[in-house]
Amino acid sequence: MSATPAPTLVVSSGWAMRAWGFLLNVILAFFIANVGLIVLVVVVNSVAQRWLGTWLPEGWTTEWYTSAWKEFQLGSVLTVTFEVVVMVVAVSVVLGVPAAYALARREFPGKRAVMLLFLLPLMVPPMTYGLPLATVMYKVGLAGTTAGVVVANLIPTVPFVILVMTPFIEQIDPNLESAARVFGAGTGRVFLHVLVPLLAPGILAASLLVLVRTMAMFELTFLVAGSGSQTLVVALYYAVFAAGVRAPQSVDAMAVIYMVLSLLWLGTALRFVNPTQLVSRVKEHKAT
Amino acid sequence: MKRWRIDPVVMLVAPATAFLVLVFAYPFLYGLLLSFRPLEGGWNANYVRFFSSDRLFPTIGTTLELALPATVINLLLALPLAYRMRVTSRYQKWVASLLVIPISLGTVMIADGMLTYLGPKGWLSQVLQALHLYDGPIHLTHNYAGVLLSLIISGFPFVFLLVLSYVTGIDPVLPKAAATLGANPWQQFRHVYLPLLSPGLAMAFCLAFVQAFSVFPSAVLLGAPAGPTRVISIAAYEAAFEQYDDSMAACAAMVMGLVQLAVVSAALFARRLFYRGPVVGGKG
Repeated sequence: MSATPAPTLVVSSGWAMRAWGFLLNVILAFFIANVGLIVLVVVVNSVAQRWLGTWLPEGWTTEWYTSAWKEFQLGSVLTVTFEVVVMVVAVSVVLGVPAAYALARREFPGKRAVMLLFLLPLMVPPMTYGLPLATVMYKVGLAGTTAGVVVANLIPTVPFVILVMTPFIEQIDPNLESAARVFGAGTGRVFLHVLVPLLAPGILAASLLVLVRTMAMFELTFLVAGSGSQTLVVALYYAVFAAGVRAPQSVDAMAVIYMVLSLLWLGTALRFVNPTQLVSRVKEHKAT
Repeated sequence: MKRWRIDPVVMLVAPATAFLVLVFAYPFLYGLLLSFRPLEGGWNANYVRFFSSDRLFPTIGTTLELALPATVINLLLALPLAYRMRVTSRYQKWVASLLVIPISLGTVMIADGMLTYLGPKGWLSQVLQALHLYDGPIHLTHNYAGVLLSLIISGFPFVFLLVLSYVTGIDPVLPKAAATLGANPWQQFRHVYLPLLSPGLAMAFCLAFVQAFSVFPSAVLLGAPAGPTRVISIAAYEAAFEQYDDSMAACAAMVMGLVQLAVVSAALFARRLFYRGPVVGGKG
């Protein structure tokens, strides 16, 4: 092996590397451009008067938004969506954060089984466990209610909060808790007065991610919701499904409302978290 | 370790555990038992019917024909792109933020846009005609192609972000060490990154496949749910909500889970053949 092969190698493979890099950039740009156009076509159509086979519509109008609001009863759909999202965020934090704390701080018999129970709902797709869940919910009368929709949506979000928060808690110095205990604080007070303030940034990030995921969660809501407990994404599905019954512009106006709400929260979330956290767990070490 | 005395800290895990046992584990086991209690016939009548019916059994093949290519394409696209963006930069953050948009919009919204965009009078068709690349009407919606494309549009960003998080988790000192020993960029990738990434790649394959295999809204909206894209989740949904046969629906859900388990096990087994050795590559 020669002592300094690196410079020659860089020179000799420079051309191929640049071409390869260029190709990858083209693929990525092509993908992103198409996604952008798919989104843009919905926005354009929602403000179009008539649009058939031309580059752009013949005229512009905002009346589809008022008609969509009435046709799809968006007022009540948005109220339900808001209720569901708030409840799901609140309950998944209340259930998830204490569990994450226990997992971060203690070894106990059966920990692996508990971890498996928390991992499975994130790995098994909702369509697989959603049908038996819907059957059980119809049996106990939860199906069709807002409470049922909340419970169903909690199945992936509680484990998600646990997974996001466990590494976050692990990096907090246990001495802080010990100090509080020395001064006589019980577990409850340690939690409320020491941990919650320290965990606030992590809880905020986890809540925002749960919010974004719940807005987009179609399958579980679809399987357990009734006509009065639909969230926006399920109402959108039914509208697209029944294409032809309503004006497509009206459907797209609802899609734009859904999109604006989702992206608003996504934008907020991305100020606090790294995009990869939406699909995998938090990095153990933030930039120090 | 404490002896058998109730530790209040450990008890904090109890509410979440109880909740998930009640709403996740119990319904799943209930479904499993229910699938062996068919509306008519012996204990295994549902499964016999599933595997002999030409309305049900072929859905496995139909779904695999969509899910496997989609997963492989997504992984093959995601690996080189994520690898190229392994160094943290503004560019990386920008691309990741853009790619997270289709994930958080969800398949329903994407399907709605694709119906117009890819439709016979959509922008894509107009571009192709304007460039004289293809003059006939394009058929990319209400068929196999539409569903496959939607699985790529929703699935690629997911796989990309997953692989990106694995790639950035590998200590960059390791390829540098290889470089000082004379490894060129390809060798660094092939002999340093790839072995360390293989558990992550297997995981990404499994998660992406399992998602693609349970495709539902886009198979209905962008596909031909009566025939060519009648995937297994459509069959299960119809059993539950159109024939009101909960037992058959549970059976279809169990078959769906079994096929997923089979492919995931095969992928994890294949990974072990591909690379055996220590898989420690985290940041120091």
